Amino acid sequence: MIARLLVGLVKLLVGAQGRWLGVPPTGERQRIYFANHSSHLDALALWAALPPALRRRTRPVAAQDYWALGGLRQMVAVRGFNAVFVARQRERPDQDLLAPLAQALAAGDSLILFPEGTRSAEALPLPFKSGLYRLARQFPQVELVAVYLDTLHRSLPKGSLLPVPLVCTVRFGRGLQLHADEDKDAFLERAHAAVTELA
Amino acid sequence: MSSGLIWVMAGIVGLLLLASAIGLVLDRRVQASGGSAVIDNLNARIRAWWLMVAVLAVAFWAGTTASLVLFAIVSFLALREFLTLTPTRRGDHLALCLCFYVAIPLQYWLIGIGWYGLFSILIPVYGFVLLPAVAALAGDADQFLERTAKVQWGLMLTVFCISHAPALLILEVPGHDSAGPALLLFLLLVVQISDVLQYVFGKLIGRHPVAPTISPGKTVEGLVGGGLAATAVGAGLWWITPFTPWQAAALSALIVLCGFLGGLALSAVKRSLGAKDWGDLLAGHGGMLDRVDSVCFAAPVFFHLVRYFHT
Repeated sequence: MIARLLVGLVKLLVGAQGRWLGVPPTGERQRIYFANHSSHLDALALWAALPPALRRRTRPVAAQDYWALGGLRQMVAVRGFNAVFVARQRERPDQDLLAPLAQALAAGDSLILFPEGTRSAEALPLPFKSGLYRLARQFPQVELVAVYLDTLHRSLPKGSLLPVPLVCTVRFGRGLQLHADEDKDAFLERAHAAVTELA
Repeated sequence: MSSGLIWVMAGIVGLLLLASAIGLVLDRRVQASGGSAVIDNLNARIRAWWLMVAVLAVAFWAGTTASLVLFAIVSFLALREFLTLTPTRRGDHLALCLCFYVAIPLQYWLIGIGWYGLFSILIPVYGFVLLPAVAALAGDADQFLERTAKVQWGLMLTVFCISHAPALLILEVPGHDSAGPALLLFLLLVVQISDVLQYVFGKLIGRHPVAPTISPGKTVEGLVGGGLAATAVGAGLWWITPFTPWQAAALSALIVLCGFLGGLALSAVKRSLGAKDWGDLLAGHGGMLDRVDSVCFAAPVFFHLVRYFHT
């Protein structure tokens, strides 16, 4: 109910139409959708652009320090889009920040991930952090799909409260696979390029 | 709704039934030879017409407020398309929020309460003064004039101009109770039928493009043939309006001309923004602005002429 309301609201505001340029909008395979990050609407827009069948088993990864502070925002994140919360700072030195993500993948869910780790003010993404690489290593059967969100850095830029309704096209690119002998930097660069080439 | 309007609506539904039947026959014929993109586009357009006529009929039936809400949504979607293609920057954020969340509701509310003196200057005067000031306070001078001009232009076009169509509903013509719905129907019908007929005439006998670099599909033959036919249709509708047949013909010709110029000017804007269509809201029609570009130019001119001569 809340989920449907959310999707409706997001579509009314920013359109969030999916363009499937690489992988098809169907399939049984588990996926990690990774995208550029420029606004708090990103996860919602990408999630709303998925067809309902895929949306039901896809969970956006959301920053704990923004989405899990209780109140309406947390209700939207938990009961609306079924977020996986991730901490951005370690509380203990031995804490594995990716544990909740790995858990969700192990349970069979697909994920929406923003490997920049923070919002960029620009149309093109910042360098990626290593989480995507480590998940790809740990879950080689998961398909990695590059996604580009095109107008949200203008709709709800960092530091603004009210979204401007501009039509956002969600471009789904090709599926990526981590090569057996590929090192971290080479892979992250390739993943970054896969998002950038959709811009 | 008066009986005249019901007859006209019935006529429109009849036309659409005919169009759907023709579309079906054409589709059957080309299916045998593997189908045709032109016929598919034609049928998509006809289906979208059904939808638009249905929405409009409901708004007419439900009254002035419903019609104002409907046109406010049209303005919203058109402004969203326009600004999506306009390269705005972080410094425009507050100005853009004001456009969507203040200008649109305020403009249509002012029409709803019949405050002509304010709704006719809200955007050209207060918007013109306030929006650049707000953007300047954000402190980003990069391409400031281009950004401000584009935002103001988009707002004028999609909110100010379009809102003059439902503003016809509040015009009080002496001797004609509730002339508003008839005037609005007259405007929309002449504009849209002119678009369709210009397209048809252009496809059938079009030879000489009017502005090949801007809109290669628009031809002199299409404009003259389609324009004259649409004027004849408008003149034939005089009995639902407060006009004499000759007045209806003259106003129709003017609506046709303004609609043509609107389509042409907006094609040029679209090209300068580097797009083919404004969006993909309606299958076969492109975006909302592709459908209402001619209304944008025709509505304010028609509104002010009727207001000057008939109230």
